[in-house]
Amino acid sequence: MERLGGWPGKIRLAMAGKRSPWGKPPGGDGAGDGGEGAGAGGGDSEPPEPEPAPPSGEDQPKGPRNPWLPGTSEGRPRRSASIEDIFKHRGPEGPRRGSGPGGPGFQLPRRPGGGSWVPVAIAGIVGVWLFVTSMHQIDAKEQAIVTTFGKYSRTLHPGLNFTAPWPFQQVDSEQTSEFRVVAIPDGSAQRLMLTADQNLVDLSYIVRWNVRDLRQFRFQLVSPEDTVREVAEYSMRAEVAEKNLNQVFSGAGRAEIEQQSLKRMQDLLDAYRSGIAVQGVQIRKTDPPNQVEEAFKNVSAAQQQAESLVNQANGQAQQVLARAQGDAAAFDKVYVQYKLAPEVTRRRMYYETMERVLRQTDKTIVEGSGVTPYLPLRELRRAPADEPGAQ
Amino acid sequence: METVWHNHKGSLIALAVLLVVMLSSLIVVPETQQAVIIRTGEPVAVVNQFKPGQPFGSTGAGVWYRIPLLDRVEYVDKRVLNVDMDEQQVLSTDQLRLNVDAYARFRVIDPVRMVRAAGTLDVVQSQLSQILSSVVRQELGRRSFASLLTAERGTTMHNIRTLLDAQARKYGAQVIDVRIKRADLPDGTPLESAFQRMKTSRDQEAASILAQGQKNAQIIRATAEAAAAKTSADAYGKDPQFYDFYRAMQSYDATFAAGSQGGSQIILNENNDYLRQFRTGGH
Repeated sequence: MERLGGWPGKIRLAMAGKRSPWGKPPGGDGAGDGGEGAGAGGGDSEPPEPEPAPPSGEDQPKGPRNPWLPGTSEGRPRRSASIEDIFKHRGPEGPRRGSGPGGPGFQLPRRPGGGSWVPVAIAGIVGVWLFVTSMHQIDAKEQAIVTTFGKYSRTLHPGLNFTAPWPFQQVDSEQTSEFRVVAIPDGSAQRLMLTADQNLVDLSYIVRWNVRDLRQFRFQLVSPEDTVREVAEYSMRAEVAEKNLNQVFSGAGRAEIEQQSLKRMQDLLDAYRSGIAVQGVQIRKTDPPNQVEEAFKNVSAAQQQAESLVNQANGQAQQVLARAQGDAAAFDKVYVQYKLAPEVTRRRMYYETMERVLRQTDKTIVEGSGVTPYLPLRELRRAPADEPGAQ
Repeated sequence: METVWHNHKGSLIALAVLLVVMLSSLIVVPETQQAVIIRTGEPVAVVNQFKPGQPFGSTGAGVWYRIPLLDRVEYVDKRVLNVDMDEQQVLSTDQLRLNVDAYARFRVIDPVRMVRAAGTLDVVQSQLSQILSSVVRQELGRRSFASLLTAERGTTMHNIRTLLDAQARKYGAQVIDVRIKRADLPDGTPLESAFQRMKTSRDQEAASILAQGQKNAQIIRATAEAAAAKTSADAYGKDPQFYDFYRAMQSYDATFAAGSQGGSQIILNENNDYLRQFRTGGH
């Protein structure tokens, strides 16, 4: 950089070497030798400094001097500094000239036999070039296309392959058998799709594909990867647009969409002669949009609730039935006994019941007619007293 | 080295010049490109022009020549190219809006015409993109919203393709396919109202599911009660009189049993049948 930076300065100096029509150069006001530039050259390492021009140089009898023209007004030829002079002697470049290691005096080291290394070096370079550009290791998952001056010649399969060296033949390898995965949408953002019943569903899916025909893959489409993505988007949208929301959510519907959109994709990619085989389309999720998720949850809550109502009713029904059957069975048993001895059974049951009932209750026996029973009914007394409080 | 240079100076220079001339007069046309050779501004030849059904390896790709300085070579892609459209808002016949994103695939089949009409592929692509936008808007705008969603059915896509192809031919291109990539509701009111509709429809579904559940529960209970009634009737119908007695006994038990609500007091008249023995003294 320093070398380059030095150039403009020198050229400027050279151009403005003598009294120039453009006035004094900015760097030329050093110690003037007053010798009209006659002392220039002659082993002086300094360039000829222009005469320090008086402020009113134009008024002097000599007049302005054009450094490009030979000076004649003074009667002797004026020698101005040439670029040659400057570069020959001045600056760090001058002395270096002709003595560097890359100069004409430089010699390559000699072989022991006295021969030159040059042929050996050239042979080595050619050998490496042949080795690198004509031997190709193709991985198990790869295939490669060989082009001869741009024209397709053959396809290389996994293993070690030989071709003519570059630039005659060129080899371009590509993963073919490995499945590549495209996820749509890319991130976790919601991608809404319209269904046939004009509902929206947040659907994300992945497409797995590989290269079936490398030739077509390479030469037929400009951007096969983008094509896969676009075709996938189109197929999925077209498929979902033909299904209702509930079908999209159901497992069977999803499987059908996957299958149909795979077929659609493959048909289209085949029509493009893309050399791509779609291996699978998997729907990762079908969700209702975030904005209406709550309503969808309410539906499943309602389903649960309805089911629990039915369950409760079933339980009650069992109870009622069992109760009725139990009662009927009990009656039947008693009735059989009753039939054997109707009168006795009847009385027995009567007394037993009355015993149970009367044992547990307050009893008052009123004997004889004409007695008016006084009924100290606590309930009747209490009830009016409670009423104001209740109101 | 020096001697070699001195001895063969002339031939070395001649060799170098020959090499330069050769390199500048040979061109390599890859399989993916078509080359138009333009001599003083006039296309004179096309190398590796697309021909349908030509297998790779037997195309015109490879080395070709040109006259240095006089011929200019313009490369035109031979592969299937993509036109991507900016998202367009389409207004259906029933005044609903839909954002539509479509793509087209095309191929340059007449590179000379393309070079003359457009110059570069970028120009073709951007112009076809504009044409595609307007054709899509025009064609889809003739349909109702519901049929926009399934635009692949019917003739719409075919029409769009035909219209675009007619324009593309002027650029020496052939449209292979046009597809709608996406069709979304625009943000704002249309999207919000769609959400609202979905929500109300779900709410309605929830309500009807619940009502169905209640109905089913009622039916189950009623059926059970009917069955119970039948069982009872079958059993008790054998002797209604005894049933009356039997049930009365059970009922007394339940009604006057200990812990029955409010407690009970019984005032027995001497004529009560229970007190018959009590009254008559065993006679």
